[in-house]
Amino acid sequence: MVDIRAGAGDMINPAEVEDVELYHPHSWWTKYVFSQDAKVIAIQYASTAIAIGVVAMVLSWLMRLQLGFPGSFSFIDPEHYYQFITMHGMIMVIYLLTALFLGGFGNYLIPLMVGARDMVFPYANMLSYWLYLLAVLVLVAGFFAPGGPTGAGWTLYPPQVLLSGTPGGRDWGIILMLSSLILFIVGFTMGGLNYVVTVLQGRTRGMTLMRMPLTVWGIFTATVMALLAFPALFVACVMLLFDRLLGTSFFMPAIVEMGEQLKPGGGSPILFQHLFWFFGHPEVYIVALPAFGIVSDLISTHARKNIFGYRMMVWAILIIGALSFVVWAHHMYVSGMNPNFGFFFATTTLIIAVPTAIKVYNWILTLWRGDIHLTLPMLFALAFIVTFVNGGLTGLFLGNVVVDVPLSDTMFVVAHFHMVMGVAPLLVIFGAIHHWYPKVTGRMLDETIGKIHFWVTFLGTYAIFFPMHYLGLVGVPRRYYELGETVFIPPSVHTLNEFITVAALIVGAAQVLFLFSLVWSLFRGRPAGGNPWRATTLEWQTPQTPPAHGNWGRDLPIVYRWPYDYSVPGAPEDFIPQNQPSLEPPMHGAVA
Amino acid sequence: MIAILVFMAVLAVIISWWAAQQRLTSKPWLETGHIGDLPPRQGSPVAAAKVGLGIFLAVVGALFALLISAYLTRMEGADWWAIPIPRLLWVNTAVLAGGSLALQRAKTEVRRGHIEATRLFLLMGLTAGVLFLGGQIVAWRQLVAAGYVVADNPSNSFFYMITGLHGLHILGGLAALGRTTSRAFSGVRRERLSLSVDLCAVYWHFMLAVWLVLFALLTGWANQFAGLCRALIT
Amino acid sequence: MAVALILVLLVIASVAFHLLSPWWWTPIASNWQYIDNTTSITFWITGVVFVAVVCFVAYCLLRYRHRPGSRAAYEPENRRLEMWLAGGTALGVAAMLTPGLVVWKQFITVPRDASEIEVVGQQWQWSFRLPGADGRLGRADTRAVSADNPLGVIKTDPASLDDVVINGGDLHLPVGKPVRVLLRSIDVLHDFFVPEFRAKMDMIPGSVTYFWFTPTRTGTFEILCAELCGVGHPQMRGTVVVEDEDAYRTWLQQQPTFAQMMASGEQVQPAN
Repeated sequence: MVDIRAGAGDMINPAEVEDVELYHPHSWWTKYVFSQDAKVIAIQYASTAIAIGVVAMVLSWLMRLQLGFPGSFSFIDPEHYYQFITMHGMIMVIYLLTALFLGGFGNYLIPLMVGARDMVFPYANMLSYWLYLLAVLVLVAGFFAPGGPTGAGWTLYPPQVLLSGTPGGRDWGIILMLSSLILFIVGFTMGGLNYVVTVLQGRTRGMTLMRMPLTVWGIFTATVMALLAFPALFVACVMLLFDRLLGTSFFMPAIVEMGEQLKPGGGSPILFQHLFWFFGHPEVYIVALPAFGIVSDLISTHARKNIFGYRMMVWAILIIGALSFVVWAHHMYVSGMNPNFGFFFATTTLIIAVPTAIKVYNWILTLWRGDIHLTLPMLFALAFIVTFVNGGLTGLFLGNVVVDVPLSDTMFVVAHFHMVMGVAPLLVIFGAIHHWYPKVTGRMLDETIGKIHFWVTFLGTYAIFFPMHYLGLVGVPRRYYELGETVFIPPSVHTLNEFITVAALIVGAAQVLFLFSLVWSLFRGRPAGGNPWRATTLEWQTPQTPPAHGNWGRDLPIVYRWPYDYSVPGAPEDFIPQNQPSLEPPMHGAVA
Repeated sequence: MIAILVFMAVLAVIISWWAAQQRLTSKPWLETGHIGDLPPRQGSPVAAAKVGLGIFLAVVGALFALLISAYLTRMEGADWWAIPIPRLLWVNTAVLAGGSLALQRAKTEVRRGHIEATRLFLLMGLTAGVLFLGGQIVAWRQLVAAGYVVADNPSNSFFYMITGLHGLHILGGLAALGRTTSRAFSGVRRERLSLSVDLCAVYWHFMLAVWLVLFALLTGWANQFAGLCRALIT
Repeated sequence: MAVALILVLLVIASVAFHLLSPWWWTPIASNWQYIDNTTSITFWITGVVFVAVVCFVAYCLLRYRHRPGSRAAYEPENRRLEMWLAGGTALGVAAMLTPGLVVWKQFITVPRDASEIEVVGQQWQWSFRLPGADGRLGRADTRAVSADNPLGVIKTDPASLDDVVINGGDLHLPVGKPVRVLLRSIDVLHDFFVPEFRAKMDMIPGSVTYFWFTPTRTGTFEILCAELCGVGHPQMRGTVVVEDEDAYRTWLQQQPTFAQMMASGEQVQPAN
């Protein structure tokens, strides 16, 4: 059994705890617009990410309309279609998921969960948001530029990306896309340094690394990975921009474009793929790891049970982060690269399945013998488990090099990455918003709307992407504007596409409902109190809700225990906050 | 991609060394804390700014390692021929090294509290940086005048791109150094000035080290080493 | 209760969908049955895991749903259980990886008796080149492409003269003979994909890539491009006809050689 030392009345004179100088805003502009408070910056990041995410969602409706009912909408011609899929993909992966998990959740939760007053470099943090916003604006400018945005696919492969057969290739579209990415990366680096150094140096007294909630571990590891992986995208973008603007041939080989020999040539398209995927694979884990961390805390809190195997969970996060840098060429199995690389990358890719599986086992073992409250955060966490396991398992098909050969570039891949990277982390985001909305606003999100949104989203997205795998098995390629007449594809495929489109539109409608609820609950939501979920982590122990500037009032919290003391035998409550020294809560109100 | 993988391996070693000291194998549920057990602060005693700079340098290092990887890969193409390096680059290298020396002196002087000497060496470092950048631009113009324009062959393209990105980082460093120098003249607290000078010096030394590696690559000195590595891998 | 039920229904529906789905592999027409076999093994293992995990979750919901007075257990970790689970997972992974790598080794090892053909991709059509009587393909280069030499065959290479050039027409192959498919592109990335053959590979402008297979039944098969190559990507279709030896020889004799193409000085329409 577990040995818990109950320290009787082990309080400390708060003045002994080290504190930092905090920047205080003086004008409306520096308080709400150019704020250096991580909580304000977090809301800015989240709002911008959600707004641009809605744009990407609308683009997906247009794509699905074309795929389900080809030719019905004359304005969705091939050029537009390829522009839609490119912008949809790039926005979702980078401008929504990465920005929301790291810039949004990271900024809000890290200082609060480690007991800091704010991030360690607040000025750089503020700049990072405005660079992100600028990057978004430059990206969106592509829609209004002559020739429209680039239609090269979010992977932007040369040479087609720069040729006239691709929208935006010989025009402004690709220039704006690459510039936007470069701005994003610079801005993200400034934010990322904050998240990492705050976790390393900004923790309050008693908050050891092994007492940090898994949310922090997930976001921290993802940020370290992002800092090291984004330079690869940066280099690829700079070189591609040179090829576009200065006529260099980093990636452009000898080409005959529509009958005309282009010069100079000699470039290597595969070099771009190596650089892109050296970034691209860690990127999917940059999106996944914060989701893993958050879902661990959601399950733990709402099942009133410590996360099972905390140590393994931490190590799994670190190992996944490290291994993710040596699997990238599994995106290139049929690229024509040296075939012997296939052995190495298939092996590393399937090895990475082991720590990932351990995390899944630990989540479900947390449910085992728990006290499960079917709140909305818990529902979304359960839906995450189902969809992530589904999506992760199909990854084993694609990671196994020879099985990937017939499946690559088919709808199987599209189904896989949407399930594992679109649906699963998105469900975590919804669950996390339900979970932390009361802390950010002081009110609960509307539960009825929440339940409708949950069921439609969970079952709807499953209905969209599960059958889609089978289209890939048939051999339906991805990135096809229309399938048209084929020799071997049965007409029932068109029926399935119609079904998927209808499901997608219904799921889309449910998201509108959710957005409405976000705003509606601000004014009409049930008042929440400081700790409505009776959670142990520090962010729920702030003296004020929403937390004021400086988070903790006069004295920083002191941490005495790990974040998962739920249902501790012998304790009167089924949770013990991290800053509570003894099993019994103190007599008078909040802990100092 | 070997260069970046080697760089990542080195980083992995450093991170593992750090991680080994973090008690990641402890069982936190068994260690409910008495206040007497808790250290006065969490994290290392190094200032947050230094940790931040260290991580930033890892990012910058990754960037240049990737450029080197791309350079070595592209070098294998059939259309590659090496370009002559302007002699001016040797002078620029010496100037950059001089700047490093100046900033290192500034670091020791500010620790001893010799504010006048600190100001002098900061200004010397600033001048060296500006001269370096100016020299790089002149070197570019020399190359263009000799007919080696950016799009001609990949070797040219890499030269301009790599020196350009390095120069941009020097420019950023100059901005920070400029701010530090103005602080030295406007009388800020010695600890704060000392930290600023420290950070500038470390950054400068790092950019010098990066420049030396890039320089070796561009002049072709590193070709044999790269060829050896390639032979070992394949 | 309802949630657990829905999860179980979801599992049942998924398995049923898999078993009843009309959307399944196109019937294979090459020797790469091993790819299908490895995929089947993967389906079994992942299917079992998926059903087990979701049903376990459903069971937990049923059994450990919050009721007044209930309290969770306190179990921070169980090293032995975690080790067993990790070990079992590693075994499952090895069970999928091992056959996969064995087949991959076969995939990249071209049989010595394989004949060679070349597929040339461009925006947005397929062309082919077969070695002529000398059994060798002449050299080719994108730089040599011109209006009367659309595949960029090097005229000065003696091996090129008898190469059979099929510019935009159908490819024919003899059944039962292994063939190494050399892939070339004169503009952007493309991918030569015939789902029934299972094997496929990108072509990269500036290099020559390859894969090999043996067609195992006669028939007419559609070629799809499987790497985004611009707005014409979905229209980049072609046809492969696999036929027995005699029919193939008859067809081959009717095709123009490169020398004939150059002599006539204009693009020859292929006779199918």
